[in-house]
Amino acid sequence: MRGGAPGGSAKHAAIVRRPFFWIIALVIAAFAVAPLLGNDVELRESLLLAAVYITLASNLNIMLGYAGYVNFGSIVFFGLGGYLCIYLMGSPGWPLVAAILVAGAGVSLLALLFGLGILRLRGAYFALGTIGVNEAVQAFVSNFDPWGGSSGIYLSTELFQALGGPMQALWSIYFLLVAVMGLSLYLSYAIKSSKFGLGLLAIGQNEDAAAVLGVPTALYKALAYSASAFLPAIAGGLYFFKSAFIQPTDAFDLTFSTEAIVIIMLGGQGTIIGPVLGGYFYEELRGWLLTSETFSHFQLVVAGVLLLLIVLFLPGGLMGWLHGRWPKLRRVLE
Amino acid sequence: MSGLFASIIDGVLVGSVYGLAAMGLTLIWGVTDVVNLTHGSAIVAGMFGLYLLTSTGVPPYATLPLILVGGFLVGLLLYWICVHRVIGRPPLMSLLSTFSVNLVLIGLGTAVWGTALFNVPVALPSVSWQRYTFPGTHILAAVLTAAIAGCLYVFLHRTRLGKAIRAVANNRGAAELVGIPTTQVLSLAFGLGVALAGVSGMLIATLFPFTLLSGDAYQLKSFVVIVLGGLGNPTGALLGGIALGLVEGLSTPFMPVSWTLVIEFVLFVIVLIAYPNGLLAPRRA
Repeated sequence: MRGGAPGGSAKHAAIVRRPFFWIIALVIAAFAVAPLLGNDVELRESLLLAAVYITLASNLNIMLGYAGYVNFGSIVFFGLGGYLCIYLMGSPGWPLVAAILVAGAGVSLLALLFGLGILRLRGAYFALGTIGVNEAVQAFVSNFDPWGGSSGIYLSTELFQALGGPMQALWSIYFLLVAVMGLSLYLSYAIKSSKFGLGLLAIGQNEDAAAVLGVPTALYKALAYSASAFLPAIAGGLYFFKSAFIQPTDAFDLTFSTEAIVIIMLGGQGTIIGPVLGGYFYEELRGWLLTSETFSHFQLVVAGVLLLLIVLFLPGGLMGWLHGRWPKLRRVLE
Repeated sequence: MSGLFASIIDGVLVGSVYGLAAMGLTLIWGVTDVVNLTHGSAIVAGMFGLYLLTSTGVPPYATLPLILVGGFLVGLLLYWICVHRVIGRPPLMSLLSTFSVNLVLIGLGTAVWGTALFNVPVALPSVSWQRYTFPGTHILAAVLTAAIAGCLYVFLHRTRLGKAIRAVANNRGAAELVGIPTTQVLSLAFGLGVALAGVSGMLIATLFPFTLLSGDAYQLKSFVVIVLGGLGNPTGALLGGIALGLVEGLSTPFMPVSWTLVIEFVLFVIVLIAYPNGLLAPRRA
């Protein structure tokens, strides 16, 4: 980078002029272009799942990596977003973009209200609360008749016509999901570079000390919880629109939130590019496991073993290892 | 009205078993500062212990001592696999390590047994009193729970080892300074906690049908009970369990069973926010 005084320049430069901004842009471009070369539908489906994983992991990282609060129920945002979006597109007949934006805003607002309540709980109590949130929301939705109870909501596939037919619609959904993933990465980056992010990192280090130094801990945690709900809710809307069907067991499947945790820990908690590395490698591993004879039923077992090994022996994840190996990388890859 | 009375009494009987499960969890939490997320799979292991042992011909209640000992040994093993290295590290790490072991155990279990509903028939005569009839299994489960809770109380308060456990729970550093081998005590408490969870699972399996995934619901119930009874307080856990059983007994006549979990969870959050030290926690100066 040219211009500015050495040392402080990188720190104070506009976010667009930092090399890391363009690294994120490269990742997004790679996702967008790769399946277009050769019109590879199989690659697109695999990358679509990876984009969902990265979106979930990257947003969960705001709570887990920055503030040190593990949210076992992050899938609630994804599922509720899916439900709101599918519901709005069904009988009221909203267009897709309006439905996902309202779903994102609605779930985010709900998370803020909820966060102000349960984020008064600290440490382990909060983690237990998040397990309960998922169970309670799932039980509520399963009994909520306007949303079809336990049998869920079906959408007419004619809705795909608005996006130019089923084939074209699948591509549009893919590009929208990649855009959501990109926004997630930039959101993580923007938060980490802000005073707000510094406050969250301080909470992660020592919540009492942060409070004494004037960080409004309860408010910051609730804001982080709410911010980390917005994009997963939109991703949920897109994901379930793709299958034109949603039911409680799919929408609140704890497998997804578990995998998001594994991805963060694998990539490196508190880093921005970590969830991308973790998401990519995890999706590769998952693909390999599903096709393997012996391991196809043991996907979560393997994920569990992987998580245990990382927690016990490599708590910094891949990024922690890379940063330890090549300390200069710290400046470029965050 | 008579239905309500019967369901209250039954709630107390069943609730005491929830209390036993929570005792295991709270013992581990209080002593090691680790929230044991393998608790649900320990409960399920107790249920399947009963199922497997009775299918080889062991009488149902004779499996109790076997499950107690087996659970203790498994608990020791779990301590050395996933807990020892994260003792004293941020709570995030112990949550994740026990969570990952839970994933592995449940994953292996579902691969072997699937998620079908299991039921162990236990033949015991019902007890009738005036117009009410109570299932014998519910009464015996409550009696056994009371006996085990009594033994635990005597162990923790009257024996040298029990006092060592309480000392470590109070202040690990100070306990180490006066010569208590804290690592052994930590692993012992963990083993004991898992054994209690296993036995409670076995007793629950004599009352209700179960699946491999039942553990999550009972784990959540245990957390609610702990919050009601106060953290690290086994006697409080028993009272908390009875309180939860009462809530269940009082709510079931009025609403569908599928709402029970929502009510319990709402209770959990409200109590946590209003009484962070537990509803029944002793007042400390």
